[in-house]
Amino acid sequence: MDFYGFEPSSRLFLGTAQYPSPAVLGEAIRASGAEVVTVSLRRESGAARAGQGFWELIRSLGVRVLPNTAGCHSVREAVTTAEMAREVFETDWIKLEVIGEDDTLQPDVFGLVEAARILTDSGFKVFPYTTEDLVVAERLLQAGCEVLMPWGAPIGSGRGLNNVFALRAMRAHFPDVPLVVDAGIGLPSHAAAAMELGYDAVLLNTAVAKAGDPARMAAAFAQAVAAGRAAREADPMEPRDMAEPSTPVIGRAVLGDA
Amino acid sequence: MTVCIELNGEPIATAAATLADLLDEKGYNGAVVATALNGTFLPKGLRAATPLSDGDAVEVVAPMQGG
Repeated sequence: MDFYGFEPSSRLFLGTAQYPSPAVLGEAIRASGAEVVTVSLRRESGAARAGQGFWELIRSLGVRVLPNTAGCHSVREAVTTAEMAREVFETDWIKLEVIGEDDTLQPDVFGLVEAARILTDSGFKVFPYTTEDLVVAERLLQAGCEVLMPWGAPIGSGRGLNNVFALRAMRAHFPDVPLVVDAGIGLPSHAAAAMELGYDAVLLNTAVAKAGDPARMAAAFAQAVAAGRAAREADPMEPRDMAEPSTPVIGRAVLGDA
Repeated sequence: MTVCIELNGEPIATAAATLADLLDEKGYNGAVVATALNGTFLPKGLRAATPLSDGDAVEVVAPMQGG
């Protein structure tokens, strides 16, 4: 499994927003074992220079950054944001978000495909935040994406994997494409389920940042992701509708009326 | 000469002749920032050669927490 040639040792990607403090953010990233963290760009004031300290903290952690285009609703905004991110973060990785609808923060998949094409043509390595729609996924690959990031559930909702059927179909349809469940994961069990489905990684933020103890939750997610991945590699049993005795029936003592 | 522009959405008047001068004037010296002029990315290397005109919209962004 590699993401544009990069093979992280951890399959947990972590967001950096909404932590109670920079110190807690640092502890959570360390506890998660994540090597890839998402970051963003926002307006900077020359007086406050709030972004500078944040960037120093992230750099001190030795992680790889995946800048996002969060909040962009148009192709033009997303492309301009990506270009600014490439200069600031000195990476050609971009988590491409083009939001189409504010209640669900559902991707505008039409704008997403268009922006993905523009960005890959200008040398970006695009990680598209998309839905589980297979046709859209195919178009994103045709546009040059080499990774797909379908949502589990709406961003920040913590509802887990809303459409397991479709996520399973996506895994089966694209066996060789790195797939990341991005957004909607609320609990370590959700992350484990995504890994058991065969997803290559999970990306989450709020579930750790908004936990009462973010560092401890980050460690719990690390364990869940590792467990889910190990389970996938161990080839899980198929579920059955009827019971099947696990204890051998042969040799059972006859002790009275059946 | 003074021009009236918008800096991160705030209307300002500035004597800065170029985008690079504006960043110096507003205290961004040495900061890790990216810039856009009228909605288009403006690379760092072009700031000193980019004059400001009345009505320009300048965006200055920096690393921030993100999900």
